[in-house]
Formats: sequence, C-alpha cells, structure tokens
Amino acid sequence: MDNESPPDAPDPLIEVRSLYKIFGSRLSEARRMLDAGRPRAEILKKTGGTPAVVNANFSIHRRETFVIMGLSGSGKSTLLRLLNRLIEPTHGEILVDGEDIAQLGRSALRELRRRKFAMVFQHFGLLPHRNVIENVAFGLEIQDVAADVCHKKAVEAIESVGLDGYEDSAISALSGGMQQRVGLARALATNPEILLMDEAFSALDPLIRTQMQDELADLQARLQKTVVFITHDLDEALKLGDRIAIMKDGVIDQIGTPEAILTEPATDYVRTFVENVDRSKVLTAGSVMKRTCVVASHKDGPHLAVRLMQQNNLSSLFVVGQDRRFLGMVNIDNALAEAKKGGRELGPIVQRDVPTVDEVTYLRDMIPVASETRIPIPVLRENGTMAGIVSRAVLLSALSSKNGDES
Amino acid sequence: MTFHIGPYFENLINWLKDSFPGFFDGIGSGLEAFIESFEFILGWLPPWAMIVLLTLLAWWACGWRNWGLALFSVAGFSLIYLMELWAITMQTLALVLTSTLVALAIGIPLGIYSGRSARGEKLVRPVLDFMQTMPAFVYLIPAVLFFSLGKVPGAVATVIFGMPPCVRLTTLGLRQVPLEAVEASNAFGCTPWQQLFKVQLPMALPSILAGVNQTIMLALSMVVISAMIGAGGLGEQVLRGITQLKIGMGFEGGLAIVILAMYLDRVTHALGSHSQQKQQG
Repeated sequence: MDNESPPDAPDPLIEVRSLYKIFGSRLSEARRMLDAGRPRAEILKKTGGTPAVVNANFSIHRRETFVIMGLSGSGKSTLLRLLNRLIEPTHGEILVDGEDIAQLGRSALRELRRRKFAMVFQHFGLLPHRNVIENVAFGLEIQDVAADVCHKKAVEAIESVGLDGYEDSAISALSGGMQQRVGLARALATNPEILLMDEAFSALDPLIRTQMQDELADLQARLQKTVVFITHDLDEALKLGDRIAIMKDGVIDQIGTPEAILTEPATDYVRTFVENVDRSKVLTAGSVMKRTCVVASHKDGPHLAVRLMQQNNLSSLFVVGQDRRFLGMVNIDNALAEAKKGGRELGPIVQRDVPTVDEVTYLRDMIPVASETRIPIPVLRENGTMAGIVSRAVLLSALSSKNGDES
Repeated sequence: MTFHIGPYFENLINWLKDSFPGFFDGIGSGLEAFIESFEFILGWLPPWAMIVLLTLLAWWACGWRNWGLALFSVAGFSLIYLMELWAITMQTLALVLTSTLVALAIGIPLGIYSGRSARGEKLVRPVLDFMQTMPAFVYLIPAVLFFSLGKVPGAVATVIFGMPPCVRLTTLGLRQVPLEAVEASNAFGCTPWQQLFKVQLPMALPSILAGVNQTIMLALSMVVISAMIGAGGLGEQVLRGITQLKIGMGFEGGLAIVILAMYLDRVTHALGSHSQQKQQG
C-alpha cells in the first residue's frame, strides 16, 4: 500500500463494460441522448431520467485497492452498488471472475454476494439489537454456518480489527471509530474476495479517520483483498489507492495511479481537483528523478573519472559497481590526486557514506536529506542498483509546482 | 338530481349475507369459542389469585425495579373486586384480548406488507382511512346483520376499530429501519425472510409494540359501544347506569374500565420500552 506501483501482474477480477445507470423512466431514450452528448438538464426535462453512471469502462485487478473518488452526486456510490447489484444496472456488463452478474437470477446473485462480496457502510449499517459478536457473525449466520464455526470466525475477525474484549458490548456503547471496526470485522468474517467500502471513514473524526486508514493499509498488506473504496476526499484516495478513478457527473474522467493523477491530469476537472494537494506526501523520488546521469564504474580508473567530470562540468561523480549497484562517490580532488599517484582503480578513493533515498521515498521525507548535502541525491532501487538522481533544484520545483510540470 | 349510495350498500350487505352464510357462521363460531375460552381461563382462578398474577405480570414488565405499577395493580383490581364487578371485568378483558389478538394477527402482516412494498402501502392506506374515520356505530349495524347480537359482532366491530394503528405503526416501524441496515442485509446475501426476521422486524419492534398498545386502548374504548349490541361486560354496566339514570352504577363501571385501561397501557408500554432499551444499550 505504500507502493504506488500497481500490483504485480494485473489480473482483472472485476471488469465493467459500457455500464449505465439512469434513474427514472424512458431509459433507452435517455441513454441515446446521453451518447449523443446532450446536457443532463435537457435529458431530465425530456425523459425524466437522471443519469448516475454513464458509460463506465474499467477493470479492477485482484488484490489491488481501487478508489473511486468524486464529490457528492458524482455517481460514485451508485457505481459501487452496481458492482454487487444492490442497484440494478440500466445497461452494460459487470464481469466478476468472467461471469456477467447483470444476468444472474435472484438466488445465484445471493450466493455471489455471500461468497465473494462484503460491504462496509458510511454510517456503519449495524444492527442495534445485536451485540458486537452477533453483528460480526451476521454474514455467516445467514449462510447457516454452524454456530461454533460462526463464533470462532467472528472472534478471529474481531481480533483482526483490534476489538478483542468488546465481543459482548452493545453497539450503542461504542464510539464511531469502534462501530466502524465492527462493520469492518463483519465484512472480514465471511472471508470475501472483494471488499466494497462506501465512504467507510467519512463519518469519523479526522484523527480516528487517519488511524483507520493506516489500519486498513495494514490489514490489506496482510489479507490481500481486492478493495473498492469510495471517497470524496482526495487525500484519502491518494493515500489508500493503488489506482484511482475520478468521477464527475456520472462519468469517469480519469483512472490512474495516484502519481499519474497528480502529474498528468487528464481533464481540467481533475487538474483543478489536484491543484491543492500536498504533493510532497504523494510524489516519490522515483517519479521526479532524472533517470540519466553520468556515473563511473568501479573498474574505471581515476583518469577516466577525471575526464568524465571535466567533460560534464562536475566536481564529483557517483560510482557504481557490477550490475549498476551503487557504491558511492568520488570528488575531483581525490581523483586528481589518485591519478597523480598512478593509481589504476577508483576503489580506494570512493566515499561510501553518501546519503541515498529509495525510489518509493516520498518527497516530504527527502527534505531533511537534501538539506544535509549539496550534491544531488542518488535514488536506489530495491535491489541497491542506481535508478537516477534528484537534484535539489528538481526537488524544490516538484514541491512548488502546481500542475505537475516538473522541469 | 339525487343519488343515494345507501341502498346499493344495503343490497351488497344482504347479498353477502345470503350468499356466504357458512363463511360468516364459521367466523362467528370461531370467535365465540375464542372469547369463551378466554373467559373460562380468566374466570377459572379465584379473584385473589388473578390479582396476584396480574400484579406479578406488571412488576415483571417493569423489570422488577419499579414497584409503582404493581402497587397500582393491587389497589385497582382489589377495588374492582370490592365493587362486585370482578366477573364482568373479566368478561370485558376476554373480549378486549380476543379482539386485540385478532386485530394483531391481521394487522401486523398487513403492516409488514405495506411497509415492504410501495404498492402495498397505496392499497392499504385508503382502507385504513375508511376504517378509522367511519363512525363505529355505522359498522355496528352490518356486524349485527352478519353475526346477530352478542359478543361476536362486538368483537368484530372492535377488531375493525382497533386495527388501523397497529397496521400504520408496523408500516412506519419498517420504513424507519435505516436504509444502510437494509442494504447491509442485502449486501451480505439475506433471503427476504432473513431480512424481515433478522433485521427489519427486530429494529421495528418498538414501533410495532406502540401499535399493539394503541390497538388495546382502542379496543377498550369500544367496550361501551359494543355493549349496545349485547356484548355484555363493563359496557353493559355503564349503559344500564345511563339508561336508568343510576349515576353511581355508571361511575363504578366507568372507573373499572379506566383501571383496566391504565393497567393494560402501562404494562404494554413497559414491555415496549424494554425492547427499546435493549436496542439502545
């Protein structure tokens, strides 16, 4: 979840194809007008239909956190409810594991909801006449799971959200954050493949909300569910999402990684949306670094190093070993001295205590590093090889830029 | 130009009466057996034992904490006994309990139907309006035509009069269940029955119990009216007081009705707030 890159090997679990939801009457006429690009007000006036989701096409990969973001009235909650058919689609296909759920009969749909999906609600949707453990066991109970198995799984789910000890508490005795933990535990108890979360943390106060976001990230790292998360809060979307879909007036404006949304907004709407985001919390070293830079190999001699520095007008040079593994840095004075002594290798004069950052380091966390050093900061991949460099100028401009223009 | 709908209604009633005599006789004898078995049970125990029983019931309904209602029960029912009204009070109680149970047996399912379906509500509402606003005396007459005089037409009229609030409050209770709770039950794959019994009814219970309470109170308020067609009980006592201008007699009968009404109201109310407390912790 800390990783902005999409999960390994995208494997579509849910595929949505030309999906429409129009509330009201004379739906096919409304859809024709929509496709012809008529404005919403005109469609409402002529057909009485209100389009909530318009021609949605996307796929959600297994084990990713897919965030659907939009303001109220953008159709995001409708889109979520189309995925498990709490709302019937007007038109289109919803493939879950290749099966079009828009075609399922009542009992097959019920089976699918029991087996694959679980849902977490903004206002929790708990049953006040049941205590915590009875609420958590609800999904299992309606599947006629044996009572002792029910109990065991419910207890596990309660533990996984950190509510142990509250099993017999009344719902009304819990705070909002704790109630939502119950909601989360209820969803986890049935061990679903897909978690649908409808503004799950929006009703919580900011501190609890951040805490719940972190815990969801932890849970997701452990359990590896496919999460579809609805929010109106861009910061939350950027924090949780592997990919984000931005919706406006029922239309998906852009789908992409948090960085892609920030750095390459597809429409003006998305651009105005992301303008005020604190980019240092989202952009990583890997996304702003310069990929090409002059480096010396450890096998090169000091003469070559000096020449490289002179050619490129540098006073120091990074040194990489075999497979471009980062070793350190040499400066021009040491290289000249070593060359005079007749040394043939850079090894002895490489300074190894150079501050480095990882590709996934957030810019926010690079600021202290940048303030300590005057040279560019080398960016390393997970395996220790050098990916690029971030100069102080690049760092500053990335932090200050409003529109993702990095140069 | 004049147009009278009355004769048509009269014809309809006569036609119904002549065409389905077995149907109305069946209902009539069923109700009669119901009322009589209640009367038998209530009259079986000696009055002092009944007073103890009713008092314990009140105390239990208050969760054994509050003994005010228990005290009221002892005093009130003892007074009824001392006024020599015990037997006819039990008759009235039997009639009220029978009518209430029948009203609930029809009213709650009807309320559930109209609470779960928009079309159901459209269908049921005008019928309820009719039942609630048509003066009770008016349907007393057809009740007599169908079931002759006695307790049975009294019970039928009482059922019609007492049922609407039970239907309405059941519907209201179901509609007030938060949308997300209903959505959650769907999202986790509830069958319609599971949704009704595990989510909607438990959450609507306080409202439904308020409906039960209202139905009982309305049934009691019909006691005197149904006495006019020979339903007996405390209502007859009151009627006799009025027609013979015996103020004291009428007052005693009226007082007994009030005591019974307050007792039943407080007990059902206590049971209702019980279930509400359980929901609110």
